[in-house]
Amino acid sequence: MNSHESITAPLSARRRTWNGAVRALLYAAAALICALLVFLIGYILYRGVPNLSWQFLSSEESVINDIEGILPSILNTLYVIVATLIFILPLGVGSAIYLTEYATNKKLVSVIEFATETLSGMPSIIFALVGMMVFCQAVGLGTSLLAGAFSLVMMTLPTIIRTTQESLKTVPQSYREGSLALGSGKWHMIRTVVLPSSIDGIVTGCILSIGRIVGESAVLMFTAGMGMRMAFGGDTVAKFLDNFFGAAGSTLTVSLYVYAKERADFDHAFAVAVVLLAIALVINLAAKLAGKKLKKN
Amino acid sequence: MNEYATVKGEIGAVKARSEKQGSAGRAAERAPAERIDSRRGVKDVMETVMKAVFVVCGLVAVGFVLIISIYLIISGLPAIREVGLWNFLAGTNWDPANKSGNAEFGILPMIFTSIYGTCGAILIGVPIGFLMAVFLSKVADRRAAAVIREVVDLLAGIPSVVYGLVGMMVLLPLIREGFDLPAGDTLFAAIIVLAIMILPSIISVSETALNAVPREYEEASLALGATELETYFRVSAPAAKSGIAAAVVLGVGRAIGEAMAILMVAGNVANMPSLLSSVKFLTTAIAGEMGYAGDLHRQALFSIGLVLFLFIMLINAALNLFLKHNKEGS
Amino acid sequence: MTDKTIIEARDLDLYYSDNHALKGVSIAIPQHQITALIGPSGCGKSTFLKTLNRMNDLVPGVRITGTIEYNGEDIYGRDVDVTRLRKQIGMVFQKANPFPMSIYDNVAYGPRTHGIRGKAKLDAIVERSLRDAAIWDEVKDRLNKSALGLSGGQQQRLCIARALAVEPDVILMDESTSALDPISTSKIEDLAMELKSRYTVIMVTHNMQQAVRVSDNTAFFLLGELVEYGETERIFSHPQDKRTEDYITGRFG
Repeated sequence: MNSHESITAPLSARRRTWNGAVRALLYAAAALICALLVFLIGYILYRGVPNLSWQFLSSEESVINDIEGILPSILNTLYVIVATLIFILPLGVGSAIYLTEYATNKKLVSVIEFATETLSGMPSIIFALVGMMVFCQAVGLGTSLLAGAFSLVMMTLPTIIRTTQESLKTVPQSYREGSLALGSGKWHMIRTVVLPSSIDGIVTGCILSIGRIVGESAVLMFTAGMGMRMAFGGDTVAKFLDNFFGAAGSTLTVSLYVYAKERADFDHAFAVAVVLLAIALVINLAAKLAGKKLKKN
Repeated sequence: MNEYATVKGEIGAVKARSEKQGSAGRAAERAPAERIDSRRGVKDVMETVMKAVFVVCGLVAVGFVLIISIYLIISGLPAIREVGLWNFLAGTNWDPANKSGNAEFGILPMIFTSIYGTCGAILIGVPIGFLMAVFLSKVADRRAAAVIREVVDLLAGIPSVVYGLVGMMVLLPLIREGFDLPAGDTLFAAIIVLAIMILPSIISVSETALNAVPREYEEASLALGATELETYFRVSAPAAKSGIAAAVVLGVGRAIGEAMAILMVAGNVANMPSLLSSVKFLTTAIAGEMGYAGDLHRQALFSIGLVLFLFIMLINAALNLFLKHNKEGS
Repeated sequence: MTDKTIIEARDLDLYYSDNHALKGVSIAIPQHQITALIGPSGCGKSTFLKTLNRMNDLVPGVRITGTIEYNGEDIYGRDVDVTRLRKQIGMVFQKANPFPMSIYDNVAYGPRTHGIRGKAKLDAIVERSLRDAAIWDEVKDRLNKSALGLSGGQQQRLCIARALAVEPDVILMDESTSALDPISTSKIEDLAMELKSRYTVIMVTHNMQQAVRVSDNTAFFLLGELVEYGETERIFSHPQDKRTEDYITGRFG
């Protein structure tokens, strides 16, 4: 004890080796992942960008005119996004409000929370199966974008519940008390105080949901169809409406799958991949911005 | 009232509130008189209606889970009953569309493939992802870490079909030539694709857990003469172990549920799994065959869905266990 | 103060970015005694303590000039291995910070880190360290239980045991009793006085009674300067600097 060991002696060989090896592993893992990221993105751009053209984005495919185009897929994707959001917004926000503002029954809350966790951990192929059975067959929507949107509602609901709940929790209790002390009812308080302050969370939830919807393929392949022709339009109003609600077709991801797997048309598959990559980038940036705002408040 | 929303977060709100509360107090004294007001009745009805609406919204998620469970059970059982539970789960031959009437519905190869594939992806993805998390959380320059984190997040946002496509075009030729196979569509290819796909969530969940380790633990270790790396691996990582375990379970859940990406690289033949053979996962059987399956075949695919559902419920239960443990531990 | 000097600082200046936290500190700390560093919050006493085992290195933007010698070797010298330094100069923190592991693993962590293997060897070190830290009897039946289940005072003594387990030469105590109740505090004070026969103890304290009770020498810091340094008895009975007198008579602080 109390040996006056020199403080300039180097680490033991064993420790030096361990530290060196671990450091090498850390940097190797980081380098590998960074290289992978760069390669993935670079390769997609390299293969896809040359095949990307305004015509490809803005026209419908036509065998006769030898035109490839993904306008229908883009419209279908937008349609599914909007249709899904129309349902998950009120449902998700309402559910979050119930959980944070109303719920007093702890058992019920834990049941609901268990249900949302279960939904968020469910693989999309399950939503695909159930969506097909329930919305296409039982409800009678057939293979349609609308049935696809309903199936996606099941899938994306937990996301919007969670982000809304998070932002509701950041609303100071004193705001609520202040409003209730003025004699306003709970709903009035929620409408005027709580909801406006939780906009950021709701927006974040929407953005993340859009991300999941755009990236989803299995569910839509089963429920919304794989056709790449334009499904909208019609000469008469009745026909137009019929087409509008009954439209079926592929979204961008499904089109990519069809190009790659069924037609072996990889050039166009990569062109679609570039579009999807760009959307993923935009969604990521938007989510970051919204999340930053959410944190600030 | 609306100013509560607009002045949120500003000091003004506090002041405004205290002033308003003063007037609220006065208003309360006059409350009995106001209650006779007929508009109050309408308001009360509105309150009740809205509360009911919110309860219903809250129950929607429960309803969805019930619908999923019930439909999967109802549509998954007939084929199992027809084939026999043992033949279905333990049968090693999957030949559902046999034209000569000798259809076979054994899904054991797919169960094994799903398990092998998931384990393989975890075996590759977890160590690399964990090392990356340590790197980002502790070692990397702060600004570099922020940039890498952004790109990793982007990786998480790329649709699975894109992974499948790149896998098809890059990985399959490499494997075909590297191992001198007739085709590169193999379990190995699927494992690589899955490992890459679970990386982002493993990295971000582990990093969150590592960042949450109290600085005091690390200081204590450094003050004892441990190097920084020794500290990260022998103190920080064990202290973050339940978070890291949650990351692993999350990765398992994602890997076992993935369908489209591996449908594009696995070859889709229901062989008993071996690394360099073409295989069929539980998920890819459903995704790949639903389009043309008829009758019993179709029902058998629903039964596979039921089996997958049970797998996922087990994993979710494990995840909940870890997360709860995490909450109590901290 | 004729005893052998173990640590000697000369003209030590320390800056946190723009903040000049230590100004020209020169001090010689004798071996096998207890030296107390006192002064109001923010006076630099903790900062000085942390320069001795180079824990300040972890703070970004820190800059140091001057020298500190430990046994005649400059601890900021180029060949110095901080892990060796920190093994020789152990530290007990203000807040007890046992690792979230078993009591045994806490104490064995240091020796294991420094390459000691073998159960019998580790068992002996763990027992000896826990005995030296006067906590053996309280924990000997629960060595494999989590250290986080101990009381605050026990945790702090466990941290002392953990520091002793790597056989240090000097022990730095950074207000190590400030979060504890009086009984736990007096146990640790007794412990410090026992330890000084074999170790050199340097303690930062904001409790002047503690400095009087425990220490042999006292250094008074104010605004980053070492105002006065000498035998504890002398400092508290005949302070030579007006500022020291004001502080120990409670006129500020």
